[in-house]
Amino acid sequence: MVDFGFGLVPSSRINLDLFDKQKYEELASVEPDVRKCMSCGSCTAVCTAGNFVTTSLREAIESIHNGQPGKALEMLGSCQLCGKCAMVCPRGINTRHLILSINKIYGKI
Amino acid sequence: MIPMSFILAAQAAPEVIDRIPSGYNHFVIPFCVGIVFFLIWITVGCIRILLNIPHSDRLRFWKSLVSPVTIYKNLRDLFCDCLFHVKIWKRKPLLGYMHSAIAFGWFMLILLGHIEVALFVPKRLGISRSALFYPIFYRFFVWMNPGHTTLRGWVFFFLMDFFLLYVLSGIALAVFKRFRSLALGMKHTTKPSLADRVALYSLWLIFPMRLLAESFTADLSGGSFLTIPVNHLWHLIFGDKLWIMPSWWCYSICLGLFFAVMPFSRYMHILTEVLWILLRNAGIKPNHPRKGVAEAEIYACSSCGLCLDACPMNVQKKNLKYSSVYFIRFLRRHNERKINDIADKCLMCDKCHALCPVGVDAPALRRAQRATVNESIAYDYSYLGSAVPVHTATEGNAPEVMYFAGCMSHLTPRIIKSVEKVFNAAGVSYVFADEGGGICCGRPLMLAGRNDAAAKTIAANKKMIEESGCRTLVLSCPICFKIFKEEYGLKGVNVVHYTQYFNELIASGRLKPSMGRERLVYHDPCELGRGCNVYYEPRAALSQLATLVKASKEYDESLCCGGSLGSLTLDTRDRAKISETAVSSLMVNNPDKIVTACPLCLKTFSESVANSTHQVSPVRVVDFAEAISESIGN
Repeated sequence: MVDFGFGLVPSSRINLDLFDKQKYEELASVEPDVRKCMSCGSCTAVCTAGNFVTTSLREAIESIHNGQPGKALEMLGSCQLCGKCAMVCPRGINTRHLILSINKIYGKI
Repeated sequence: MIPMSFILAAQAAPEVIDRIPSGYNHFVIPFCVGIVFFLIWITVGCIRILLNIPHSDRLRFWKSLVSPVTIYKNLRDLFCDCLFHVKIWKRKPLLGYMHSAIAFGWFMLILLGHIEVALFVPKRLGISRSALFYPIFYRFFVWMNPGHTTLRGWVFFFLMDFFLLYVLSGIALAVFKRFRSLALGMKHTTKPSLADRVALYSLWLIFPMRLLAESFTADLSGGSFLTIPVNHLWHLIFGDKLWIMPSWWCYSICLGLFFAVMPFSRYMHILTEVLWILLRNAGIKPNHPRKGVAEAEIYACSSCGLCLDACPMNVQKKNLKYSSVYFIRFLRRHNERKINDIADKCLMCDKCHALCPVGVDAPALRRAQRATVNESIAYDYSYLGSAVPVHTATEGNAPEVMYFAGCMSHLTPRIIKSVEKVFNAAGVSYVFADEGGGICCGRPLMLAGRNDAAAKTIAANKKMIEESGCRTLVLSCPICFKIFKEEYGLKGVNVVHYTQYFNELIASGRLKPSMGRERLVYHDPCELGRGCNVYYEPRAALSQLATLVKASKEYDESLCCGGSLGSLTLDTRDRAKISETAVSSLMVNNPDKIVTACPLCLKTFSESVANSTHQVSPVRVVDFAEAISESIGN
């Protein structure tokens, strides 16, 4: 194979086959706000835990869309539910309940 | 008829003659069936509750029953809460009269009935077949010797009639309240369940039936100002054919029915309340939403519905179903889905708990319910150890104060700036604990029912504070304040909210605010007021720099701003409605500024005021620290 000097590492490939539509709909029925996210990243900017470890609600939501709920759960493991993200969210997403719901729905495997 | 000649009993034949030698009549059967069923139910229930609480708590309970302090507290609470309903009297006098008329009046009727039997027919008390019902139907079984009524007997006749009238007036008010609750000060009332209805109607009937039965027999067994005239009336209407037996049957059936449905109705609180007060005063807290102490607590709820008007969510009628009274009803019915729904919706403002006449701590039960669902969520807090800033003090050189701003204050830095300005102006040496960002205090986790996770953040923060050597910890967020005070167990550290600390600085003369001309209204944040009982200090400090005006709801009746972290599922629109109501309550006296002492309230009110279009002059929302720092100049 020709070496172009760069390549796709497996971790950045998105495999939409892994996207679990049923679980996502379950999440959306429990917390419809998940559909409101526009990935602005305000939540990540203010995150208390994000000050110390790599964590981001924005990325967690994206990971779910990309069929990587494991990554989302790992990120949200450090969340302290302080609610700063809810205070800054321009879309008024109920972030604390969203985080709890993601944990509950994707956590039970 | 009572001849008003008070002859001493010793002079003549006995005053009271046991009319029916067997001391029994078939009409007592319905009452006996009802009361026996009820007594078995409550005995089994009590034993179950006591067996279900942890051993250490049970020991604590037995000990509390013999400790003089708790005995005093128990007696006081039993009289004030169960019989006289002092808490309701204070808030809604007419409602208080209604409740105490039925509770205290009925209690006195039962007590006096037993005393009468003990004095006049003592053989029917104690261990005898008739002890169960005889004192209740005393008037049926005796014949009063008309020529020998003593003063003692006359006093009893009078008291019994008096308390019967007292109860009847309460019942009349209760019936009236069913149709026009607003007249008694209640906007919303609880929707009764089927068992509630049966119990309610039989309760309403018990006392009119008693009057009927006792007035029919009044010329045999005596009576006083109420039963005698009514007896004459019956004689006028029916002549000599009085319906004595049917009326006593009806009375007995009503009583029996009431006791039989009592365990399934709201009226179970009459006796469970006693157990709950004893458990509560022993300091036992529920750790499960339904088992053990919680069971006593949920059955102590009288479904009175005072929490309906109290709940800030109920500015919208659709949210009535999330009130504590329904939460407890569904807990009794084991309706898991509805229980979770209601538990998650609550703002945890604690107002229902503060206003509850029985002191049922519904928010604590909701937290326990949330824990059953959320406690098992996995978390990874391995980073906490390195995340917490280190403030190691050199020996004897620790700053006077440690200031912990908390997550929320970092989003409203004007609070932090003002606090620092005040510290500098007063010459307070301080260390800013989470200047570069700290970790959460743990309260939001606890509110979501994740106590294990909260314990981790608590431990990390605690270590930081203890290592700093500071003896005073000042907090600018009431959410942090509550948990630092209650859960951290910081020995030798004085945990204060900045309203308390600044008030102290002013009182000791270290801070000299100048008096302005503005009119301020102070908003009691839930976690600070009802949560930590801090009402006085912020007002004392603010009255040094401006004129304080009143809000329509303040102190423990203060309304939640709507921004509370307590609710997990309440959406933005519903929250905005709550904020609007809270702001209009604060604006009744047209203040120039709304002052609050919580970063969440500050943000919520600022947004609500900015969004409202109908206000004539814009009001400024400021934080307590800002108000103080503005008054001390530069």
